[in-house]
Amino acid sequence: MSRWGPAAGRFALGAGFIAFILLMWDLGVRGEWVLLFDIKMGFLPPPVDVAKLLWDFAFGGVYDDAFSGSLWGHLGASSLRVLAGFGLAAALAIPLGVLMGRFPLVLATLDPAVNLFRPIPATAWVPLVLLIIGFGSQATIFLITISAFFPILLNTLSATREVSPRLVEAALMLGTRPIGVLLKVVVPAATPGIVSGLRIGLGLAWVILVLGESNGIDTGLGSMIMLAREQVRTDRIVVGMIVIGVAGYLSDRLLVLGLKGAFGRRPLVRAS
Amino acid sequence: MTEKTATPGATVRPHRVVDESGRVLLQGVGKQYATRRGPVDAVADVDLEVAPGEFVAVVGASGCGKSTLLRILAGFERHTAGVVEVGGRPVRRPGPERGVVFQDYGLFPWLTVAENVRYGPRQRRMSRTAAKRRAAEYIEIVGLTRFADRYPGELSGGMQQRVAIARVLANDPAVLLMDEPFGALDALTRTSMQHELRRLHVETGATVLLVTHSIEEAVYLADRVVVMAGGASHGVPGHVKEVVPVTLAGERDVNAPDFNAVERQIAALVHAGVGAG
Ligand SMILES: Nc1ncnc2c1ncn2[C@@H]1O[C@H](COP(=O)(O)OP(=O)(O)OP(=O)(O)O)[C@@H](O)[C@H]1O
Ligand SMILES: [Mg+2]
Repeated sequence: MSRWGPAAGRFALGAGFIAFILLMWDLGVRGEWVLLFDIKMGFLPPPVDVAKLLWDFAFGGVYDDAFSGSLWGHLGASSLRVLAGFGLAAALAIPLGVLMGRFPLVLATLDPAVNLFRPIPATAWVPLVLLIIGFGSQATIFLITISAFFPILLNTLSATREVSPRLVEAALMLGTRPIGVLLKVVVPAATPGIVSGLRIGLGLAWVILVLGESNGIDTGLGSMIMLAREQVRTDRIVVGMIVIGVAGYLSDRLLVLGLKGAFGRRPLVRAS
Repeated sequence: MTEKTATPGATVRPHRVVDESGRVLLQGVGKQYATRRGPVDAVADVDLEVAPGEFVAVVGASGCGKSTLLRILAGFERHTAGVVEVGGRPVRRPGPERGVVFQDYGLFPWLTVAENVRYGPRQRRMSRTAAKRRAAEYIEIVGLTRFADRYPGELSGGMQQRVAIARVLANDPAVLLMDEPFGALDALTRTSMQHELRRLHVETGATVLLVTHSIEEAVYLADRVVVMAGGASHGVPGHVKEVVPVTLAGERDVNAPDFNAVERQIAALVHAGVGAG
């Protein structure tokens, strides 16, 4: 009993706060509150309508229009783009980060370029990308890749540099050949840091997704939100936002649980 | 946390015949570090020969170059003067015939005790089953069979150090290099580890070089005690001040008068070496 006591208590606190937000939202819409930043609550749909629309978006049967039941198609298309962009970013950034962290020559070669490109935000890439890649899925995946690339690279790099020299010495004196040290010691020792970078990168992928899908794409959660804006449908926008939030959260859980499943009891992922 | 003193599991079948591969030779060895404030002579003119199977302890004030010498023998640092040979071959890089036991253990935290111990044999291309058997054997020798599937982070310091010792012994090293291996352990655990090390030394026949700050530990374990003095911060490079043979017969008793006499003799040398050349 006492084992789930505190956990249940924390859950109740978190759930209670969300209930409080929903209540305030509802009151605000009904009362047409005007908040800080000139937020006009009266323009928002009430939570009950949003819940109904969300149900319709997922399972249909409420309004029966083009929007009904279309969630899975949009979610599927968006997830594939996130997966492709994130996967590509990870596949490039992890090996590069390990090499930069281990070999001063590689670091000296790449570090200036990395520091020049890193501060350029994805929003600044969009106009150029639309001209040199064109509207479509590829542009979105490209934007996700460059955005997720840097946090993964930098986390891998610093985790690799922080690997205790003692562990490298231990591996060498036990007979590991110098090239073997990279895979036998450096990568496992840096894994908790690499995983942190992956989680940041994946979170960013969902952020950039909306940006990429804003242009010339007709499936995907971002394009659905942009369409809703043109139709002045705040309820659909809110539904899209909720779905992206949940998808982002679930993908992070999936990543962590997947890695924990792969690593078993091995202490390779930081407790979270 | 301390462990019970008597956990001698199995005894080692001597894997190693004491042969010339365990001979250590230092001739005129010096090490100069290049630092921002110019070159620093950490050690200079060190001559020392250690016979195969011999147990030599190295003592001396902080900064006199004990770790530097050990790290040169391990192949982690390159000496800048003289000759360094183990088993008649010049030392150029780290190798499994020179096992190192660190003060901070240096275990791989992502591997279990058993995986840590069979790491070396596996690196040396021993078959999986043979490496497993060998690891189990050495884990039993250090009395940790019940903990074979634990991760290092789940063990006490004393237990981790036993894993580290089992890990190098499983590689059947000719020379064991230990830098203050028990320095981070409490007194009780430390005493039990000293007993175990003494037993393991006899049973494996490996040459041992042990750096320690405990003169008692040095006299209890060693055939000879190397007293070092000087050090870069004294303006004199670290060097060997004297080598004291310990000729106490039979089981050594840290409370016996002859034991204490050797201890006092070495303590006097160590203290005289502080500040002066
Ligand atoms: N990487 C390095 N660069 C520059 N100087 C160093 C380096 N390593 C050691 N030294 C210097 O070499 C001298 C000997 O150091 P060493 O660590 O071998 O001493 P020690 O006898 O092991 O001391 P302690 O008992 O404190 O462990 C010291 O003066 C130290 O400052
Ligand atoms: Mg030292």
